[in-house]
Amino acid sequence: MNLKLVATDTVARRAGSLPIGDWLFRGVVYGSGLALLAVMVAMVYELADGARPSFAKFGFGFLTGTTWDPVKEVFGALPLVYGTIVSSIVGLVIAVPISIGTAIFLSDLAPAWLRRPASYLIEIIAAIPSVILGLWGLFVLVPIVRDPIQKLLGDNLGFIPLFEGPRFGLGVLSAGIILAIMVVPIITAVSRDIFLAVPNSQREAMIALGATRWEVISQAVIPYARSGLIGAGILGFGRAIGETMAVTMVIGNGFKISPSLFEPSHTIASAIASEFSEATYDLYIAALVEAGLVLMAISLIINILARVLVGTLVRVPATVRE
Amino acid sequence: MIKSYEFRRGQSSLFLVLCALCAALCIAVLLYMVGYVFVQGASYINFDFFVQTPRPLGESGGGAANSLVGTLVMVGIASLIGIPVGLGCGILVSEYAGPRLGGAVRFLADVLSGVPSIVVGIFVFELIVVRQGHFSALAGAVALAVIMLPIVARASEEMLKLVPVSQREAALALGIPRWRTVASVVLPAAMSGLVTGALLAIARASGETAPLLFTALGNRFMTTDINQPMDSLPLHIYRYAIGPYDQWHQEAWASAFFLIMIVLVVNVCARLLATRLRGGMG
Repeated sequence: MNLKLVATDTVARRAGSLPIGDWLFRGVVYGSGLALLAVMVAMVYELADGARPSFAKFGFGFLTGTTWDPVKEVFGALPLVYGTIVSSIVGLVIAVPISIGTAIFLSDLAPAWLRRPASYLIEIIAAIPSVILGLWGLFVLVPIVRDPIQKLLGDNLGFIPLFEGPRFGLGVLSAGIILAIMVVPIITAVSRDIFLAVPNSQREAMIALGATRWEVISQAVIPYARSGLIGAGILGFGRAIGETMAVTMVIGNGFKISPSLFEPSHTIASAIASEFSEATYDLYIAALVEAGLVLMAISLIINILARVLVGTLVRVPATVRE
Repeated sequence: MIKSYEFRRGQSSLFLVLCALCAALCIAVLLYMVGYVFVQGASYINFDFFVQTPRPLGESGGGAANSLVGTLVMVGIASLIGIPVGLGCGILVSEYAGPRLGGAVRFLADVLSGVPSIVVGIFVFELIVVRQGHFSALAGAVALAVIMLPIVARASEEMLKLVPVSQREAALALGIPRWRTVASVVLPAAMSGLVTGALLAIARASGETAPLLFTALGNRFMTTDINQPMDSLPLHIYRYAIGPYDQWHQEAWASAFFLIMIVLVVNVCARLLATRLRGGMG
């Protein structure tokens, strides 16, 4: 459709008769596109520029250094990267099964009248401001995590390094649970759309073979949707690693690399949020900016990867924030 | 081994029930969370909240008027920047660009919306705060505009594409210039959808904290000067929630109550409009 309309434009322009209004309007519209490009370019430039002092001092050792100590002016981002990845994985381990189950319910099981309202309610979770989730996490979730969750896990499975250590509530586990709540809407929405995009003939063929409803889903629908589901999970991961406020409020602030999920930790985003106001000298600020650059790089790669996997099957609805 | 029919039927019911339970769990968590904020917040909110600024610790009373005004001012300025540019990008992709350019712009918008909001905060800190040498509401508004831009761009592109091509063809066939066709035929036809996109972006910006932490910074006093640090509701909630005093926590709940009300009301309005658009155009 667009091709045809673009062609009329070209014809008019060749004839030298494109009205002045058209030129102006075009200019404004193309200018908006350029502005979008400019924002992206400026963002990469400003972050790289701001990170320069830190990069000059630590080089690539910034990524592998295990000590983050502003007092000694030593900045190694590995604890932050580690905390980011571990808390996001905890979030995904919780969120993916729940999201896929919910998506199956919304696409294949729920009665027609229930689908729209239920989908809508789940998308509403994504609309709740992160700082409010953090507030709720801090005063409602953290006490629940401390007792009974950490108590039960620690008493019964404490021999596993994951569940050793202090039972403060604040820590990686709480952050993971909050992240799970935050990524459920996006993973659910994308998975549901992928399931809806599976041709009904696939389902009908399975039914014709005498399959039960679950067999239809597990052997026809899910295998057909597999790459899209992986993409949905990665999209959720991309969202989780960049999440700031809620995580900052429940992760407990720690710079140690520890296998325990009970330990306080930091993600890149939470470290930036809580340390930036205390960054008193230039190198400290530069190190935080470089951490931000690393975070942006990771999330760009993950987002692009996810979009390739989700591909042309479906597009993330604009109503679900990432 | 061939599984018996009874086993398969039982297995099927089990998994289907599990799926339904997953959905129920999601909705239950949502209701618990929103309900908790409502109950807590409603008990602490009062008239002072809207008209007073924070009092020093120990004095009772006080409110969050400065944060309310700050949110209004910064989201307002951000809307003035973010919505027109986003709409322009949407028009570019849906009305002007060929497949290659359109794909590129859309890709950029997708990528920008995937950038973590804290990174947007650092970006604007480096871009404006460092250059100006001080924190300001203007920097905060620019950061919020960067958050809004891709949301508006993507939503408006999708909504414009719902307008039937025949309407554009009809207008062009009457000899109406291209830009008038877009401005007077396509945009009005998609209006409720465009408003939806803008409202969603506003709702999102109103709740953002991370981009404001080191751009607008926050301010205990009432100000409307956009060259000064300014407070916003989310910043207020954050500061008071992590503080050590019970009185602060109560004020944080009150602010959270009001913020969640705004965000949910705007969201619901946006969706209602969108539903009407889809319904109206089949």
